[in-house]
Amino acid sequence: MEKFEIRNLNLHYGAFHALKDVNMKIKERTITAFIGPSGCGKSTFLKTLNRMNDLIPECKIEGDILLDGQDIYRNFDVNDLRRDVGMVFQKPNPFPMSIYDNIAYGPRTHGIKNRSKLDEIVEQSLREAAIWDEVKDRLKKSALALSGGQQQRICIARALAVKPSVLLMDEPTSALDPISTTKVEDLVARLKEHYTIVIVTHNMQQAARVSDKTAFFLLGEVVEYGSTEEIFSMPKDKRTEDYITGRFG
Amino acid sequence: MRESFDKQLSALSSELIEMGGRVEAAIVNAVKSLEMRDKDCILRAREYDREIDEMERSIERRCLKLLLRQQPVASDLRLISTALKIITDMERIGDQAEDISELTKRIAEYGSEVQLFNIPKMAECVIKMVGDAIDSFVRRDLELAQQVIAYDDVIDKLFNETKEELIGLIAKNSSYGEQFIDLLLIAKYFERIGDHAENIGEWVIFSITGEHKNDRIL
Repeated sequence: MEKFEIRNLNLHYGAFHALKDVNMKIKERTITAFIGPSGCGKSTFLKTLNRMNDLIPECKIEGDILLDGQDIYRNFDVNDLRRDVGMVFQKPNPFPMSIYDNIAYGPRTHGIKNRSKLDEIVEQSLREAAIWDEVKDRLKKSALALSGGQQQRICIARALAVKPSVLLMDEPTSALDPISTTKVEDLVARLKEHYTIVIVTHNMQQAARVSDKTAFFLLGEVVEYGSTEEIFSMPKDKRTEDYITGRFG
Repeated sequence: MRESFDKQLSALSSELIEMGGRVEAAIVNAVKSLEMRDKDCILRAREYDREIDEMERSIERRCLKLLLRQQPVASDLRLISTALKIITDMERIGDQAEDISELTKRIAEYGSEVQLFNIPKMAECVIKMVGDAIDSFVRRDLELAQQVIAYDDVIDKLFNETKEELIGLIAKNSSYGEQFIDLLLIAKYFERIGDHAENIGEWVIFSITGEHKNDRIL
């Protein structure tokens, strides 16, 4: 089943045409990687999937983005949208509060007050993010005291706590060491069982390792979108070939 | 990054050309020796085989280093994986040229003047096939690779003719049976060399199109 369907999406920042006629279908419970050089529009596109561009002045969006068949720019409350479509950023950004409160933050804002219910959500989210064993004895300690890799998994747990169906990840491991990167990649592979994941990455090998499908962006266009194995073994477009083999430019 | 990678890839191509040249020379040695009934051919054949084995090791090493250091994708991945596949066929061809020379030594020792039937013709064909197969890889020439594959039918036909003739001769004159069987084995080795050249052609097509025997691998 399609999770997202994007039709003829165009996005302008003022006079700058940042996304050009993007069409894409993303199946549920798959991992999709967006690759492309800096400034190609991949992060901009990722942000449109949960309306993070809404508040940017002079940002004009045309076209349709359907989530489970519903147009997210017309038929959706933005808070509901962001509950269903979580986001993890490049730099781990835990709130300056305890590990427990970081995870409980979202559920609390959605009205869950019951302590044992919150305990359950916190434990389940931390387990899902593969960090429970590392933090279960210090849930009341500040999340900022954790290592970068642990902080990133806390952020993933925080995103999972509100029970989304989609996880958007913008270069989630670019600030992490190789061991933490592997942990996050393994986690992403496991999360695929229940979530639809879209990941922006500058690391070509990461895209090849974790994703089912890959989209190559260039100058605001999707040059090529297809199975990851096909894109990395036999890309159809010469620009894709040149980019992934490092001949670009 | 790309500059040193490209240098490595061109060095890989040079090594493959060199190995291909050695393999061709080994086949030429085998057939010339057979025609001249040269008992000493086996010494040269062993030397060729040793060199070919060494070249295979060296190319393997280069390919593995490239996989490790460059983590190649797209055409680079296809090129390096093809190189790794075709050197196995080239090495087998080297072995078979040596096997032919072993048999040639025995035939020379019989001392008699048995005729060679289609064998020199088969040798000529496989030398062309092997040369074209390597060329098609180096020049990324799809058409030439396809020709190599098609040409295998010619070798198979020559082999079957040789086999029929030898069967007839064994039936008529069983006292030369052993020599005829040796010739049949030689013919079979040439036929197998043709198969290896065909394999090379198939992998060259993969390196160009991503398809191996009309099947997408990835």
